[in-house]
Parts: sequence; C-alpha cells; structure tokens
Amino acid sequence: MNAFNVITGSLAVKSMTTITLASDQDWSILKPMLFQSIAQTLEMVFITLVVGGILGLVLGVILYGTRPGNLFQNSVIYRILDVIVNIVRPIPFIIFLAAIQPLTMKVVGTSIGTAAAIFPMIIMATFATSRLVEQNLVPVDRGVIEAARSMGASTFTIVCTVLIPEALGPLILAYAFLFISILDMSAMAGYIGGGGLGNFAISYGYQKFDPAVTWTAVIIMIVLVQVVQAIANMLAKRILKRQK
Amino acid sequence: MSEAIIKLDHVVKEFKSKDKKKPMRAVDDVSLSINKGDVFGIIGYSGAGKSTLVRMINALERPTSGSVRVLGQDLTGLNESGLRPLRRKIGMIFQQFNLFSTKTVAQNIAYPLVLDHWRKDYQERRVSQLLKFVGLEEHANKYPSQLSGGQKQRVGIARALATNPEILLTDEATSALDPETTGEVLDLLQQINRQLGVTIVLITHQMNVVQKIANRIAVMSDGRVVERGDAYSVFAAPKQEITRRFIATAISGIPDAERVVDMRRQWGGRIVTVLIRQKDAQNELDNSVVPSSGQNISGLIAKYGVSTNLIYGGIDTVTGYAIGAMTYELAGEPSVIDGFLGELSRDSDVLDFGTAQDPVDYDTAVSTPLGGLKAHPAGNGDTSETGGYGNADNADRADTLAGNADDAARSTSADSDGKEEQA
Repeated sequence: MNAFNVITGSLAVKSMTTITLASDQDWSILKPMLFQSIAQTLEMVFITLVVGGILGLVLGVILYGTRPGNLFQNSVIYRILDVIVNIVRPIPFIIFLAAIQPLTMKVVGTSIGTAAAIFPMIIMATFATSRLVEQNLVPVDRGVIEAARSMGASTFTIVCTVLIPEALGPLILAYAFLFISILDMSAMAGYIGGGGLGNFAISYGYQKFDPAVTWTAVIIMIVLVQVVQAIANMLAKRILKRQK
Repeated sequence: MSEAIIKLDHVVKEFKSKDKKKPMRAVDDVSLSINKGDVFGIIGYSGAGKSTLVRMINALERPTSGSVRVLGQDLTGLNESGLRPLRRKIGMIFQQFNLFSTKTVAQNIAYPLVLDHWRKDYQERRVSQLLKFVGLEEHANKYPSQLSGGQKQRVGIARALATNPEILLTDEATSALDPETTGEVLDLLQQINRQLGVTIVLITHQMNVVQKIANRIAVMSDGRVVERGDAYSVFAAPKQEITRRFIATAISGIPDAERVVDMRRQWGGRIVTVLIRQKDAQNELDNSVVPSSGQNISGLIAKYGVSTNLIYGGIDTVTGYAIGAMTYELAGEPSVIDGFLGELSRDSDVLDFGTAQDPVDYDTAVSTPLGGLKAHPAGNGDTSETGGYGNADNADRADTLAGNADDAARSTSADSDGKEEQA
C-alpha cells in the first residue's frame, strides 16, 4: 500500500490515494517491473516509430509519386502497392501478429519477446504510415512541384526539399497519430511476450483483479500520448502558421 | 537579323482523353521561332493550348511529335537529367506564383542557387542583389503568405532570374493580379528584357498585356497558331476574327453597330470612320502588306474645307506606333464631301456609315471600305481570311473582296522563320 502511494503520488494524481482499492500485491516487486515495462514500451514504440516511420515515408512517397499525373507516375506499381496496403491495413493487429508468426520466426529467429514483437509492429506501422503520408502529400500544390522541376531539380531533390517540407505540418500530426497507433500495437504485442505496459496492465492488473495496477499503466500511457500530441500540435501549428 | 533562340518545328502534343479512341490534341502542328531579345506574346483563350506550348519550351511537357530546339539544343532527345543544365537557363513564372510556402522570400530566391551548388556567400550576395532589383529588400525574411499578389510575383520573378537565365517563360503571370499591379509587373518584365537582355515568352489571355510589352505576337486557337507577326502588324491589320476580338478588348476604335445608329441619329451629317495606322503592317504568315492609313486627314480636311466633328475614336500605341480609328461627322456640300472622301480613301481605309436619311448597312460599311481594301496579299492565293476591319462577322463577304494574289514567288510557307527585322 505504501508503494502504491508513492507511485500515484509521483504521477501527481492525488485523488487516487484516497480511493481504497483492493490491492494486496507488493509494490516493492511491482515497481521495478513497472519501470521495466515502461522501458520495454518505449523501446518498442521508439524503434517501430523510427523504422516503420521511415519505411512508411518511403512507401508513402512512392504511392504518391506513382499516382497518375504525379512525379514518377506508374499506374502498374501504384495499383499493386495500393492493393497490398489495402490488404494489410484492415487486419486487426492481434490477428496479424499470429498470422505473420512464421515470417517473424524466420527473420528474428524467435517468435516471443520484445524483438519478436517489434518486427510485426514495424510492418504494420509501415503500411499505416504509407497511407497517412500519401494522403497528406496529395494536397500539396502541384504548381510548386512544377516550379521546382522548371528550375532543374531532380525528382529526389524535389521530394526532399519541396514535397515533404510543403506537407510537413500535416505530416507531423500524422506521425503523432501514428505514435498512438503504435502504442496501441505495443500493448497487444505483450501477448506474445513483448512485455511493456500493456502486458503489465493485463498480467498484474486485470488478471489479478487489481484496478490500481491497471490504472497505473493506463495513466502512464495517457500521459505519454498527451505529451507527444502536445509537442506535435505545437510544431505543426508553428509550421502551418507560416503557410496560412 | 537575330538568331532564333527557341525553335518549335511542327510540334504536336496529344493527351489521353476520356474518350479513349481519340486523343485530345492540345497543340496541333505549331511551328514558331522566337529570336534572342524578343518579348514574344502568345495569346489565346483558355484551352487554346498556349500553356502546353510554353511548357514544351522547358520540357515540362514532351511533344508527341515534332521538335523543340532551345539555345541550340534539341530537347526531344534529352532525358530529365540531361535537361537540368538547360532548365537553369530558362526561368519560369506562373499565374499562381508557385512559391514554396514553408520557405522565406530569401530562401525561395536562393532555391535555384542551392540546386546549382552555389557557395553560401555567393548565394547571399545574389539574393540581396535580386531582392533589390525587384524592390523587396525589406521582405527577405517574410513567408510568401505575408505578401500581396504583386509582391509574390516579384519573388517569383527574382527566383526565376536567380541563375541568370537567357529565357524567361511567363505563364499568365499577371492574370491573378489587379490592373495596377499588372502594370508594375509588366514594367519589371520590360526592364528585365531591356536591361538584362532576357528573351521573354509571354502567355496570356489579356491583350493589353501583350500590347504593352510584346514585340512579336502569335495568336492561338484550338491548338494552332492562327496569326503571327510583329506586334504592330497584328494589331494594325488582324486577319482572323479571333484576333480582332482580342484587339477589341485592348484598343477601342471602330464603333459598334448600335453606336453607329446612335451617332447617325444624333448627328445630321455623314458618319465616317478613318482607320489610323502609323506605318505599314506586314503579315508573317502570308507576307501580305497593309499600308499605313489616316496619316493625312487634317491636311485634306483643310484642303477641301469640309466641316467636321470628331465624335468617336481611340488611338493606342503598339511598339511605339499609333493604331486606332477616328469617327467624324462630315457636313457640307455632298460633292465636296465626296471629293474629300475620294482623295482620303486613296491612301486610307475609310468606313462610310452614311447619314440618317441614307444609312449604309453596318456589315457592308466595315467590310467594304471606300476605295477598296488596302491589304495586298502576296501569298499563295488563299485570301479568304482577308476580310474587313470591323468586329462583325464578315467572312462570307470576304471572298468577294479578296485582294490580288499577284506575287506567288514571294509566298512563304506558314512555318518559315520570322524574317522581319527586329531592333
């Protein structure tokens, strides 16, 4: 009970301390596990966000660029990629984890643990990001791209110095949205031994009828999301203000 | 004789249309040659193919057939990376300015310099030089959204000029601007042409824009160049109905039918319009010559002692020469007036609208000037386009009025080089 007070106190949720919760677990054991879970979640989310985010950006730019009438239009490639993205994206992540397990086994060498969780997360995040990126590039004024072409910029240069900067505000918001989706995925990845806050909440909170533990995990996740979203909003606002 | 800096040869551009069997022909067999130092105006309604045409000069569009030579290089054989050095010698400005919205004014102007791998301190010097040239020094660190339309276009111009291009393509560059700002931007373009010697290709649907700065003009309709020549000649002696419609938006001269009826009612005498052309006009497509007109009116009025009232008209300047029309009411002895008109119409185009008692039909008056049409087509005998001067549809009548095709030897094909001398 003592440790619980410390935790909630450190989260500055004073009111929680006055609510009596049926917690007979020892927080001196739970606390290091919680910190480990936070570290695991951050590891999974961070790696997925960076790797999946970059791969998704590339795939998104290809999707956008191969669209009819765009920078490197190619309707065959566009249609193939479009179909693949549409097939993968609607699969619920928990099912996707199971479905892709043989491939995970081959690539990572194991199908349980944090590394095994990150691989399917990256794949799903790549497809999710690609669509978000594509959708946010479509509104970029084609005239601006034409202007860069008329100045002799290469396609790669145009993507890096015109296309992405012009869409940067909405792209930052898209990545904040993506962060939340990945956090969501990381919770499910706990099921295959990925660990993390989701696993912590289920194993030590839900399954042991200890709402205090569940809520501790939930609140940490809420705070994480709030912080990321606030930073993204601030950055996007600054960029969008220039454009409007 | 000037050298051709841009040469389009039988250029065709087709786009896939919704009706898959028949492609849409945006540019249809266009041959043009633009000389160094020209301000070449290409005018036409939207959809006439002029934007597509200008985009083939820097290969933003590739021709379906035909060839495009710019600065001595054949663009049709070059791939995107091969085009890059050439594109740096061709600046382009746009109707919607197309500035990079997340870059400052200075960064926008520096962009082509970055592409060209300029050293940082050279970039900065060049940018401040350009900002000064377009008069935007104090806006260097603003974003485009903080500027007015005219200022945005100045940034566009500075950016297009950054790498010292030899050619500047302007695609409806003033169409989104108000008349005053349009005037400022045109002055700037003229300055660029005269001071920096940049050849300008000007795409527009605004005839007054062309009138103000172009020295040569091509009129486009349905993907074809239907009229072409030095600016003065096209304004002074338009052959096509579409050209006449465009000119009517820039120069007022010949009264319309309603106005003539009013004038006959308001003024008792004979209503006569004299066309003003300060010098001869030459048509590039068929080599015909339309002589000057209306240069001796005052002298003849004094000589015959006819009483005149100047009741309508307008004279404008194209490339420094006067073009327009004056409408007089003539009163006095009919025989004196006839004598006066007889001598006047020997050297000038005179449209006789008659009097209130004895009116002349408007279409007849504008298509059959006194003393006959002064055009002397010397082309291949196809003179059906040599119609009258008014805004009325007089194509039918034109057949009967066709001038004499007297010198077949001088005939030139429509796609020959622009041969008239340029200053």
